[in-house]
Amino acid sequence: MSDISADTVRHLAHLARIDLSDDEVAHLTDELRVIVDNIAKVGEVATPDVPATSHPIPLSNVYREDVVADVLTQEQALSGAPEANDGRFTVSAILGEEQ
Amino acid sequence: MSKAKLMDFEKALELFEPVIGLEVHVELNTKTKMFSSAPNEFGSEPNTNLTPVCLGLPGSLPVVNAQAVRYSISLGLALGCEISPSSVFARKNYFYPDMAKNYQISQYDKPIAENGSVEIELANGRVVHVPIERAHMEEDAGKLTHVGGSTGRIQGAEYSLVDYNRAGVPLVEIVTRPVFGGEADTPAIASAYVSTIRDIVIALGISDARMDRGNLRCDANVSLRPRGTEKLGTRTETKNVNSLRSVERAVRYEIQRQAAILADGGSILQETRHWHEDTGATSAGRPKSDADDYRYFPEPDLAPVEPSRELIEELRAQLPEHPTLRRRRLKAEWGFSDLEFQDIVNSGLLTEVETTVAIGVEPQAARKWWTGEIARIANERGVDAGSLITPANLAKVVALVDEGTLNDKLARVVIGAVIDGEGEPSAIVQARGLAIVSDDGALIEAIDAALASQPDVLEKIREGKVQAAGAVIGAVMKAMGGQADAARVRELVLERASQ
Repeated sequence: MSDISADTVRHLAHLARIDLSDDEVAHLTDELRVIVDNIAKVGEVATPDVPATSHPIPLSNVYREDVVADVLTQEQALSGAPEANDGRFTVSAILGEEQ
Repeated sequence: MSKAKLMDFEKALELFEPVIGLEVHVELNTKTKMFSSAPNEFGSEPNTNLTPVCLGLPGSLPVVNAQAVRYSISLGLALGCEISPSSVFARKNYFYPDMAKNYQISQYDKPIAENGSVEIELANGRVVHVPIERAHMEEDAGKLTHVGGSTGRIQGAEYSLVDYNRAGVPLVEIVTRPVFGGEADTPAIASAYVSTIRDIVIALGISDARMDRGNLRCDANVSLRPRGTEKLGTRTETKNVNSLRSVERAVRYEIQRQAAILADGGSILQETRHWHEDTGATSAGRPKSDADDYRYFPEPDLAPVEPSRELIEELRAQLPEHPTLRRRRLKAEWGFSDLEFQDIVNSGLLTEVETTVAIGVEPQAARKWWTGEIARIANERGVDAGSLITPANLAKVVALVDEGTLNDKLARVVIGAVIDGEGEPSAIVQARGLAIVSDDGALIEAIDAALASQPDVLEKIREGKVQAAGAVIGAVMKAMGGQADAARVRELVLERASQ
């Protein structure tokens, strides 16, 4: 059994900046527990001789050459911004710090 | 900001053993970004080097820059690392507007390079091997400007402006293992390490490596453990120390600050700290806590990087000489003292001097001109000395000095003129009529004129006060507009006195 608790869900909700009610926390705790348990079943099948994979499609080394192509204009880049100033995106005062 | 209590450095070392770990971020100088074909350019108008990928717009798909991968492999090899046969990009999730998509693409459990070692040499001759844990590829973040408030810092800002031009610029982050046994050299080890990394990436040609522009950034982890104990102390991480001198000062400061707290029975808070160049102190930043839960997971938009053995060996074969070995070789070849050689290294002109010597200039002359007049002009104009004049043109100036056409003073004028684009050295000498007057007749005429106004000089020289000749030499040099060989003038004056 997974150890998904209501506190785990609250923590994840905080990290994702999602405000959850107590009812929603209870509901999601149950759902997440089922999902994690189901994924854990895969672990039973994946024996050590099965190589780990990061991607469902067997692809590697998908590259592009280092060549400059078209860019957006400043106007286009800022067109979706709720607010812009001096050619830059305006965001509200930041209380936290750089990561 | 309150002043922290500091313990005397020597006293701190008596009580505690310092342990450091360094994280260096290197911006690669590829033409385009890590995952997008937007230009990787410094100093453009804000938000003009962007594609939908840089902004994380819906439907945009990142694609890995092949050149950035090659550069990262070369760097990994130069750091003595093993290159992973399969490395994977991961999303590092966090909420901060320096990334438009709320995550940074980085590498987590499968970095491109692991388990290396970098040999560094301190100014005192001590050689240290710094163990490398890993080097991984990632993308740089955008740049924020905080507006309002009194200081322009984060605290008190009313709003912030974001420029995403830097978002997506290819980075390699190099992480060391803990470095033990540095003792009193610990601060010097930190800066020599960063300096060596800078030399390596410059030799590889993969980064502009300008710390003042943030091409090379260092975060320094420092912890102390009481003498005789095994367990590592709690560490602090001082962020973005952006000059070699600051790296050394910041590490030294943290050792002294932590020692004072621990000796008082206090404990160190695990936190990031900020270095302030002006006050020479660090201040508390964000506490490290559960909030650093980045929920890394493999980036579903990108396939694994699996370089072939052939590619790795091809890149290994192209590695330049290790900077530490190169310095050792050049110092021996040129026969310089520690001080003379350090002078060149510190001014970052080793390659320029090396190229100039290769053309046939005496090492001492090459050193003198590069670290002297040329570095002075570069300083004055705030540009790199290497960009001012080619080694070939400097060699031509030195040749004119060697053959007696120019003295040092005239050579400085010619160098200045070459830098200002007036042409080839010999053409400048011609055009400006700068050659030394080697006609004794003209010199004797000037000497006679000088003696006429200072008639007692010859008498003084005859009495043994040879230094009296200086006044006449000075007057003659002035009369000739500096275009005379002072040594020859002196000979002629002394000859006159002995008649």
